[in-house]
Amino acid sequence: MRTLVGLLVLVGLGTAPALHAETAILNVSYDPTRELYKHIDLAFAADWKAKTGETVTINQSHGGSGKQARSVIDGLEADVVTLALAYDIDEIAAKSGLLPATWQKRLPNNSTPYFSTVVFLVRKGNPKGIRDWNDLVRPGVAVITPNPKSSGGARWNYLAAWGYATRTLGAAKAREFVTKLYHNVPVLDSGARGATTTFVQRGQGDVLLAWENEAYLATHEAGGDAFEIVTPSISVLAEPPVAVVDKNAAKHGTTKVAEAYLRFLYTPAGQEIIAHDYYRPRDPAVAAKYAGTFKPLQMFTIDRNFGGWQRAHKAHFADGGSFDQIFEAAKR
Amino acid sequence: MRWRPRSILGGFGLTFGFTLFYLCVIVLIPLSAIFIKTAGLGPTEFFAVALSRRAVAAYRLSFGAAALAAAINSIFGLLVAWVLVRYDFAGKRIVGALVDLPFALPTAVAGIALTALYAPTGWIGALLPIKVAFEPIGVVVALSFIGLPFVVRTVEPVLADLGHDVEEAAASLGAGRRQTFVRVILPAVLPALATGFALAFARGVGEYGSVIFIAGNLPFRSEIAPLLIVQQLEQYNYAGATAIAATMLFASFAVLLAINLLQAWDRKRMASQ
Amino acid sequence: MTTSPPTSPTTAEPRWVRWTLIAVALAFLVVTLALPLAAVFAGALARGLTAYRSAIAEADAIAAMRLTLTVAAIAVPLNIVFGLAASWAVAKFDFPGKSILISLIDLPLSVSPVVSGLIYILLFGLQGWGGEWLRDHDVKIVFAVPGIVLATMFVTFPFVARELIPLMLEQGRSDEEAACSLGATGWQTFARVTLPNIRWGLLYGVLLCNARAMGEFGAVSVVSGHIRGLTNTLPLHIEILYNEYNYVAAFAVASLLAGLALVTLVAKSLLEWRFGDQLAGGR
Repeated sequence: MRTLVGLLVLVGLGTAPALHAETAILNVSYDPTRELYKHIDLAFAADWKAKTGETVTINQSHGGSGKQARSVIDGLEADVVTLALAYDIDEIAAKSGLLPATWQKRLPNNSTPYFSTVVFLVRKGNPKGIRDWNDLVRPGVAVITPNPKSSGGARWNYLAAWGYATRTLGAAKAREFVTKLYHNVPVLDSGARGATTTFVQRGQGDVLLAWENEAYLATHEAGGDAFEIVTPSISVLAEPPVAVVDKNAAKHGTTKVAEAYLRFLYTPAGQEIIAHDYYRPRDPAVAAKYAGTFKPLQMFTIDRNFGGWQRAHKAHFADGGSFDQIFEAAKR
Repeated sequence: MRWRPRSILGGFGLTFGFTLFYLCVIVLIPLSAIFIKTAGLGPTEFFAVALSRRAVAAYRLSFGAAALAAAINSIFGLLVAWVLVRYDFAGKRIVGALVDLPFALPTAVAGIALTALYAPTGWIGALLPIKVAFEPIGVVVALSFIGLPFVVRTVEPVLADLGHDVEEAAASLGAGRRQTFVRVILPAVLPALATGFALAFARGVGEYGSVIFIAGNLPFRSEIAPLLIVQQLEQYNYAGATAIAATMLFASFAVLLAINLLQAWDRKRMASQ
Repeated sequence: MTTSPPTSPTTAEPRWVRWTLIAVALAFLVVTLALPLAAVFAGALARGLTAYRSAIAEADAIAAMRLTLTVAAIAVPLNIVFGLAASWAVAKFDFPGKSILISLIDLPLSVSPVVSGLIYILLFGLQGWGGEWLRDHDVKIVFAVPGIVLATMFVTFPFVARELIPLMLEQGRSDEEAACSLGATGWQTFARVTLPNIRWGLLYGVLLCNARAMGEFGAVSVVSGHIRGLTNTLPLHIEILYNEYNYVAAFAVASLLAGLALVTLVAKSLLEWRFGDQLAGGR
């Protein structure tokens, strides 16, 4: 068995790029950030080279946030994780001990260099007249949203709907509202990007619940005015966090680069790229510059409305939680 | 080895030993991980997960769609095999080769191609009055693609070997063509057809790549069992994932056993003729 | 594999029945098989040849191609060696438990690809049996190339053996026993007598094994880690492109694999046509 393992390892090393000549870090990220990190990585590599003369390669992995967290727990040696919700990184800390439980305090803004919200993407002309959350539960409206069990974006969508219902209809009616909404969902993709593909490319559904940045990206990719963005009256403040995975970075000797990489996201250069890719920046100067892109809307937070992610997850997304119950009830 | 098989040929120790070793390392030990992990769950917990309502809905879809697709493939597969063996027509060789396409084509490629075809904007989807993609019927379509060669390739040799004398005897005794088919040919082909059905079924139950793009993935409605396993994994519920995997493995073993028994029955029948 | 149509009118269907059956069969095959294939190529060329070429030549695509070829280059030969060993043991000797062994060899065929990947995570993942030891010794199996190779080996394990076992069973032992009694050693017998007899069956099995190895998706998806440029095989890369709205590129890369499938089919038919009698009758 040893020789087999050894052989395979040799092959593995042989096919990996020569990591000794330059530094490489692995950024394990969630689904929609592909374009963002493509741009960030280029800029950071240039910046790092200018500052230290060292060449750094940033390898990217993308997938549903929960799935990515699971991979890191199972041994995917991420130097940094940039996931969709704090809960996923909490799980990495809890289940594998690769980073401390207090990770979120280490960077500004609760370790979220950018934030976003949930908006609606509709087809040209908005034929179903969708203006706000309550339009989503009308009969005959098909809503596309991914599966909250695997997609971070989907969890934000779910809690945004729940939060809206709590505020406008009262806590008692919230479950009924979300049940009716999921009654209108014909297909559940496992990631935010899959859902966007289903809506945009496969022509399914009347409205897509999406990260704001996804909605903008989809509109631009599709070209023309094939799609419109509808900003609801109120939505959730979605804060996707970033963190260095201490033990992995220490093992690879990349702690300094990894930390610099994350700090780069907070610099004006990084914030500029972030805003350009439709993520709401933290830097007030950059935010002012892009004020036209990001419509102001009332946002509520997970902490205030749901008592934090741990409680929200237990109540809604754990086995037997509200999503499971709703889905059983919505089974047609 | 204390005991040696009776043969003057050498190399038994080497080949048998290597075979066992490879089998253990690559297949048996990894597979046992499933059962050992599952055994960590107590029986109540195991049944709670493996037979949860969502899991049962997923089994119903996976097994149901696989059975329906295998049935469709049995009918059309028999037809295709018949046409390939009995008739001559232009392009027959190309058609014959094409039947193996699902074996050779990667499942992911089949997945995106079928989704493109049957989505409401696709070539076929736009023509159909019902929605196929993202509905359970889309799963049946994908599994029909995957399973077709199993039936055709199992039935073809049997059809080819069928002598004409029995048919001619039936005809000379006054049987019409249809009677001959139903009473003479069909029974002869039935074991092979059943084997083909079982193979297509077994493959369809576990299929992932070609189905995952076209299925709706809605829990309780259009979620296939392999996806449920992945979901459990992503919730850090390894034991849950392995419980469902174990259940599916049991079902697969049962089908495999049935296939082998069928083939043994067929061989015995052939030998007695 | 094919017989000529029956000439006797008593056992032939009327012509209209024949042509209807052919038409229905062909229609079914066109819809089920030909259309998806056409959809791949149509999607790939939707934006013309330049878009197609740039999709294929892109760095991540080339890395995926390299990885796919590497994985196949390791998995297929190992499975060939296994197939030869297993079929020799089964066909040339009698021992108890032979049918159990054959059933066990068939096992991976009935295991879902997702489960095929899951088992290696359970074994070598950080939370699995060997995880901590592997990490301490900096050996990466899952989420790296070795894991992908193992998962691929598992999935393609039976293909060569399944071709060779019935073939060698059918061929019997008389040739080998004759060679042995004339003084040939085991290896000589194998190389000079057995191998030539089974070469077309072997090639057939290798073709199937290779096609599956290069095209495996589900199992590799679970163990891969999806690191762009490093642990993405061609099928995984297709999924990535698909998820980036890059449908043309996704279909372009898919067309490479579809092209490989077509080559496999042509090679298979040629083998069957020229050497059909030297391949096992039942499968």
